[in-house]
Amino acid sequence: MSINATLIGQMITFALLVWFTMKYIWPPLFDSLEERKKKIADGLAAAEKGQEQIVLAEKKAIIVLKEAKDRSAEIVSLAQKRANEIVEESKENAKHEGERLILSAKAQIDQEIQQAKDGLRQEVTSLALAAAQQILGAEIDKAKHQDILNKVSNQLG
Amino acid sequence: MSTEAHAAQGATGYIIHHLTSLSVGEGFWRLNLDTLFFSVVLGAIFVWFFKRAADKATSGVPGLVQNFAELLIEFVDGQVKDTFHGKSQLIAPLALTIFCWVFLFNFMDLFPVDILPGIAGLMGVEYLRVVPSTDLNATFAMSISVFCLIIFYSIKVKGPIGFAKELMFQPFGPWLTPFNLLLKLVEEIAKPISLALRLFGNLYAGELIFILIALLPWYIQPLLSFPWAIFHILIITLQAFIFMVLTIVYLSMAHEDH
Repeated sequence: MSINATLIGQMITFALLVWFTMKYIWPPLFDSLEERKKKIADGLAAAEKGQEQIVLAEKKAIIVLKEAKDRSAEIVSLAQKRANEIVEESKENAKHEGERLILSAKAQIDQEIQQAKDGLRQEVTSLALAAAQQILGAEIDKAKHQDILNKVSNQLG
Repeated sequence: MSTEAHAAQGATGYIIHHLTSLSVGEGFWRLNLDTLFFSVVLGAIFVWFFKRAADKATSGVPGLVQNFAELLIEFVDGQVKDTFHGKSQLIAPLALTIFCWVFLFNFMDLFPVDILPGIAGLMGVEYLRVVPSTDLNATFAMSISVFCLIIFYSIKVKGPIGFAKELMFQPFGPWLTPFNLLLKLVEEIAKPISLALRLFGNLYAGELIFILIALLPWYIQPLLSFPWAIFHILIITLQAFIFMVLTIVYLSMAHEDH
């Protein structure tokens, strides 16, 4: 109940405890607390920065998209123009080709007509000769009347 | 209950037995072994727990131990920052030590009054007082240490002359120096005495009531000791808190130049 030497022992114990707490306990725990506070603050700041960057990026994306749209519209119109040109060109080509085909067909037809005429002429000549031979018998000599035959065949041509 | 020799003396003997320290030596050099033993063990528990937390301290996600230690650290740090505006490496750890140590002292009060003395009795130890804060030596050891720190910081911050001036010329000016000195001395000396006696008185009375309850018939005991124990959970924390806060306040007063 009374004060005695226990007091001194208790004071020494107390001093040791305080010293130990001061030296080995308080600093590491307190530092880790402070460090965590800093980390959290940094994290929040970074998050905020990220948010800002997102907004910036969205703006940029809108601009890029608009550019791309303009550019694609331009490309489409160019392509349309080119396509029209190609169509026109091919129309022209086809027209030329057709005309050329018609001309060559006409030439061929003409040639064939000519051939047919030549053939017919030959045949008519020989027919006429045969007919004349029948009619005149042996009176007409091929060699003697060559001039007459030629005239006849020329009239037929 | 207690040893038979004391049981024979009835209630008074039982109470006295519970409040007698296990001690060796004579006169001033008597040592209360139970107080020393329990305060060292409790101090070791405190140091062990916090050292464990400090060793594993990380600024990442804290574990359970670290979390609890940080809770206390932040609480104590908040108290210190509220009151003390200077810079000191000592005050916050001192406050933490006081809070935890006193709390653990007081916590011993919540063990049923007969358990530890009973076990000690079986081992042949006749007396055992388990709550160190019901020993004036334990409470005065802390308050006198705090008092020494108050004097030390007063002289360190204000200088020996400044401190002497404060003692002599305040609060009523130089014309009333003897009166000022008397007033100041009383004020300073009242600090450690009130610190120590407040804690001692509260815990001594609390323990006494537990002992009185233990004297009642067994079927009444729970009705009384249960609410008293719950109330005591508040008391022991509050007393530890008061001791800590007053220490901070006194030390910050010592740091302030008027």
